Amino acid sequence: MTASSANWSFTQDDFTSITESLKRFLGETKSLCALLVDRSGQLVTTVGDATGLDTTAFATLTAADYSANDQLAKLVGEDDFSSLFHQGEKESIYVADIARRLLLVIIFDSRTTVGLVRLRMKDEIEELTLLVDRVFSRGRNGAAPAEHLLKGADDEIDKLFNW
Amino acid sequence: MINYASREINCKIVYYGPGLGGKTTNLEHVYGKVKPETRGKLISLATETERTLFFDFLPVDLGTIRGFKTRFHLYTVPGQVYYNASRKLILKNVDGIVFVGDSQAERMEANLESMQNLYDNMSEYGYDLTQMPFVIQYNKRDLANAAPIEDLQAALNPGWEVEDASKHRVQPDPYHAGQNLVEQLSGGEWVERAPFFEAIAVNGDGVFDTLKAVSKLVLKALA
Repeated sequence: MTASSANWSFTQDDFTSITESLKRFLGETKSLCALLVDRSGQLVTTVGDATGLDTTAFATLTAADYSANDQLAKLVGEDDFSSLFHQGEKESIYVADIARRLLLVIIFDSRTTVGLVRLRMKDEIEELTLLVDRVFSRGRNGAAPAEHLLKGADDEIDKLFNW
Repeated sequence: MINYASREINCKIVYYGPGLGGKTTNLEHVYGKVKPETRGKLISLATETERTLFFDFLPVDLGTIRGFKTRFHLYTVPGQVYYNASRKLILKNVDGIVFVGDSQAERMEANLESMQNLYDNMSEYGYDLTQMPFVIQYNKRDLANAAPIEDLQAALNPGWEVEDASKHRVQPDPYHAGQNLVEQLSGGEWVERAPFFEAIAVNGDGVFDTLKAVSKLVLKALA
């Protein structure tokens, strides 16, 4: 499929590197959990305690929220709002762009402060940007195995539709 | 998106079309019919009068293929002309499109406007609708004022020219005996049309046929 820009894939190594980085961030900032979401609303991974959270719905709404705010930024003459902060009574969320491909969502409560999350976020964004750039540059070089996964799988695809 | 770590294939399908054409009704029927363990919540960002404001969203698991869980994210867009900014956002990174047309003769203008808007919004993202999984559903076939399928096809699915000579061969329409998706017209040019389905979404007719067709096209595009 040439039309969509959504074709890319994560390997186990990518996943491990990203997870370790996010675990470190959660520990240092005492945040509850981190979600990595692609800009089309699909969840890449969750790290930390997401008990009771509908992560699929959360990912979709985060992407929509961020996209809408991106357009609001343009209307006031900004390229983008690079991060969003939503404050709740008990829990709050902080959303930041990663390489214009992904969104990092941090959920935290009163055990930490938005100041600490924001302070540490800058380094975390840089670290994740390097990791994510590696994923996408590999995709462009055609070395990712994604395109071959479903090759010759027409029969299996047909069998999926037994509703 | 293929996630090797969680062994998931995630695909995004968008239901597009004029206001009050039945896009949300399609999702509501899918939500009501598939097993609860194979779908997530149906999320609707709608106005107080249940008109879609931003989008509806429904995740559905199709099953496992090559050991990967296959999950489709179904979205609708707000049909009303007024909401183009938010409608365009939903098309970002789309893998497949369903155009839900309203069969009523007096809605032909609204159908055409929405189809043109779809082409325009897709091309602004650099996507070519003729090169990606795309199906058309003619909804509300039960209404007395429904236009004939031939008229709807002529207006909304007349076919686009196939420039690649290697694709100049007749491709029968698997869903309509005697019709072709790719064929040569009497003038000599080759054209391709999107697969189409008739539907009465309020009672579910044609809803799963449409979803199955676009889902297959999306997965086969990955193959």
